[in-house]
Amino acid sequence: MKWIGAALLAGSLLLPPLFAGDFYINLASQILIAAIFALSLNLLVGFGGMTSLGHASYLGVGAYISALLTSRYGFGHGAAALLSIAGTTAMAAFFGVIALRASGLGFLMITLALSQVLWGLAYRMSNVTNGDNGVAGLTRPAPFGISLDSPISFYWFALIVATFALVMMAIFVSSAFGSSLKGVRDQPRRMAALGFNPWLIRWITFVYAGFWGGVAGLLYVYYHKYIHPTSLSTTSSAEALLGVIAGGSGTLGGPAVGAALVLLLKNYVSAYLERWNMLLGLVFLFIVLVMPTGIVPGVSRLTTRLRGGVR
Amino acid sequence: MTMSRRQFVGSVAGAGITSLAAPHFLSAQPSEPIRIGLLAAKTGPLASGGIDMDLALTMFLRERENTLAGRKVELIVADTAGVPATARTKAQELVEKNNVHCIIGPLAAFEALAIADYLTEKEMPTLGVAAAEDMTQRHPSPWFVRLTSTSAQCAYPLADYAAKELKYKRIVTIADDFAYGHEMCAGFQRSFEDSGGKIIQKIFTPLATPDYGSYVAQVKAGDAIFLGTAGSNGFRFLRQFIEYGLKDKMAVIGGMTALDESVLRNMGDEALGILTTSWYSAELDNPLNKAFAPAFRKQFKYDPGYYAGSTYVSGEVLEVALKSIQANVEDKKALMAAIRGSNADTVRGVIKFDGSGNAIGNVYIRKVTKSDGRLVNSVIKTYPDVTQFWTYDKAAFLKNPVYSRDYPPAKNLEQ
Amino acid sequence: MQFWIIQGLNSLSLGGLLFLLSSGFSLIFGLMRLANLTHGAFFMLGTYFAATAMRTYDDLNIWVTALGAGIAVAAVGGLFERLVLTRLKANPLGQVLVTLGMSFIISDACLMFWGGDSIPVPTPPNLQSPTRVFGFVFPTYRLVLVGCAIATATLLYFLIERTRLGAMIRAGVDDRQMARAVGIPVSNLFTLVFCLGAGIAGAGGVLGGPILSAYPGLDADMLPLALIVVILGGIGSLLGAFIGSFIIGIIYTFGTALFPELAYIILFLPMIFVIAFRPQGLFGRVGT
Repeated sequence: MKWIGAALLAGSLLLPPLFAGDFYINLASQILIAAIFALSLNLLVGFGGMTSLGHASYLGVGAYISALLTSRYGFGHGAAALLSIAGTTAMAAFFGVIALRASGLGFLMITLALSQVLWGLAYRMSNVTNGDNGVAGLTRPAPFGISLDSPISFYWFALIVATFALVMMAIFVSSAFGSSLKGVRDQPRRMAALGFNPWLIRWITFVYAGFWGGVAGLLYVYYHKYIHPTSLSTTSSAEALLGVIAGGSGTLGGPAVGAALVLLLKNYVSAYLERWNMLLGLVFLFIVLVMPTGIVPGVSRLTTRLRGGVR
Repeated sequence: MTMSRRQFVGSVAGAGITSLAAPHFLSAQPSEPIRIGLLAAKTGPLASGGIDMDLALTMFLRERENTLAGRKVELIVADTAGVPATARTKAQELVEKNNVHCIIGPLAAFEALAIADYLTEKEMPTLGVAAAEDMTQRHPSPWFVRLTSTSAQCAYPLADYAAKELKYKRIVTIADDFAYGHEMCAGFQRSFEDSGGKIIQKIFTPLATPDYGSYVAQVKAGDAIFLGTAGSNGFRFLRQFIEYGLKDKMAVIGGMTALDESVLRNMGDEALGILTTSWYSAELDNPLNKAFAPAFRKQFKYDPGYYAGSTYVSGEVLEVALKSIQANVEDKKALMAAIRGSNADTVRGVIKFDGSGNAIGNVYIRKVTKSDGRLVNSVIKTYPDVTQFWTYDKAAFLKNPVYSRDYPPAKNLEQ
Repeated sequence: MQFWIIQGLNSLSLGGLLFLLSSGFSLIFGLMRLANLTHGAFFMLGTYFAATAMRTYDDLNIWVTALGAGIAVAAVGGLFERLVLTRLKANPLGQVLVTLGMSFIISDACLMFWGGDSIPVPTPPNLQSPTRVFGFVFPTYRLVLVGCAIATATLLYFLIERTRLGAMIRAGVDDRQMARAVGIPVSNLFTLVFCLGAGIAGAGGVLGGPILSAYPGLDADMLPLALIVVILGGIGSLLGAFIGSFIIGIIYTFGTALFPELAYIILFLPMIFVIAFRPQGLFGRVGT
């Protein structure tokens, strides 16, 4: 059963470029980027029990660093990408020290506050960030001399990065460290008594999540070739968080499904339905009432029950 | 909401499948309709303007029974939600999925800048509404024209008027802290100070400002305050300004969106007497507008303003261009050349395009008065054929940096 | 001198507004441990309600409007709590999803009914002319707003400290299991408190209307402010929300006036410090 699912998934990821128009390929690329971003947030929310409302910080800062280095300071894409990811990860290490002083709603608020500060700086420091005009005129990299300018080539690139990210995050959560993370989420006191350092485990996860958030940011800026302070806004963070929860936090597939759902409602369904915001809200209500733990756990429970019924 | 929406849903669903199957076989047949894409923020904080843009363009097409220059027209409206990334996806949708022949919009500078490179790359004829200066100055695109005005274009005449006719000497400016506000206030300052006035204070308020009280209390006493604002923020500032009793102490003047008809329709008599500047007013006395504004008011119960005017003028310019090329929109270069050479007579007066695609047209100084029980912007002076460079030398103008928060530097601020 | 007096009064009036906004949020969080992210939308509903009601009926009193909006929004909140939130008691992530989802629904419905324009809420006619304070003019309505906040705080204080209902709420806040064990109908109490919190937000939306106006995005502007006040003051502490409101009012007003460069971050920097060094807030009894 698992293999059939995997084959279906692989098929749906590999097939679009073969027959779909550019618009759909681009939509698929955006879904992949949103999925990486949601997966990285899920490390915190689902596996670490830390509900962050400021994850867009990493996406936005990753994107801004690359954008500014390449467009303004003449860096090549390779060096800019490395510096951008290093910078984003360092920021996560620093923010982690501050944010992990709180938990629960306090954690949510402190991550929100940190991201609001960055958002404010991106707006206000217009001599560096170009403020509200955003940074335009960006290019995509050409790894190994292969141009990513066509929708299809970018899709393959995004697919490779997304697959790699998924594998890396799957290894992370299924490793011994991942088990201790889940232990800290559910039984922090017991884990501490067993000699684990809950703070350190959370902090490492926070940094790792920030790292992948930065990777998503790189892809984001490559894709859009433009970056604007709204990418750092609470709305962006909230959208990702809602995707994670709707898809099923604490599962590997859930956040990707949830991110795809939000992105499609916002960018595709909105062409046919003027009240798409309302639909988005209703879909969230529906999901929680029918599948309180999210789409992926809900659907898998449903299929198990169905198969059980057949037997 | 719009009648075109329901029509296009059917056809687009069909086109979507076609383009899925064979994206490259959609090249033109003459019997096909002309597809016009409108990028408008119909949700989010900019919704007021976006909705009006949609209403006016739909009305324009309906008046012509959805036919321009003898060819059927299909309007596809895409909601950008006022977010740059969404604007980009929506632009891609219009270009790659709906195969539009030209695009009108979007409204906000940051939306327009997010998609400018893309539309140029796709060689998509675009009739812009957003005011970002550089889109027709240091970074013009052969595929882009703007038939509204740059951020500062309408501010120059008002500054001139304030200095020469109203004899104001000291003015405070206030605007939202983003490029549109920076550019407009910079242009106002430059023209006003060149005419001998002084800008004694420049206030920029963050976009999300919960309470304007603390800003109102900072306003220094001058001859007037210039509002470089747009939408709800300026409206809220002005109400607080009046509540603090300051309108009795200094005059209020405003840029092209500060007391737009969409703001005015929600204000009371406290707005009477305020002077603003714009390339349009619902009160304009020309035959085209005498037909348009009352018809719009009859249908939607309020006056058209900047946003409704912008797409209606776009429609008028497009129609003239289409007629001159027998509606052969498939020849994009010819379409673009026709748009640039359209010299169309529109509801805002005749507009021409300069070399970088920006409108040269009348700018009107307007005063809020009462007519038939409602507030209107009645025109008190017309500055004919204003260009984006005002009276300055174009080459020297373009050598300077683009207007910003700090450029040109304000030298007469009072501590 | 004028600067300090006027901005001081501004701080007070903003503080009053913030208390009307955040007290309901604090009440709900204190008892139910539920971060109601629909709160901004409830507030906005009240403002739109006032904009329509007071523009339709010219001589409608703002206090009557506030009462009406309070009851209407309380009803909406009660329905939401009964139909949706009761099913999600031990599911904080689910609560985030539905409360934000609900706020999307409300704000889109407002856009549908009221359009995208900013609609003013008229200042009561007898409060329109500015008052002279120490020889400086100041809008009368803003002073009245401070009174509203104090009155609301006093009423809430009596409700919680002096009534049977309040005793039950306090018991619920301190120890939910124990309250249930001694026979307090916790479930009904939750609904009641949720209605009350939503109702205060709705009434607060009316009273804040003359200053804020109704516009799309008001909900998203207000929600972070409520969160900041509650986090600063201490979660679930009414006194904390009261004092927190005025502290934020002062920080914001003087911050934007004295350090305009910092206007964007002036509210968030102090919060980071408070959470980092005093996670329970200034007056919080319980950690988060």
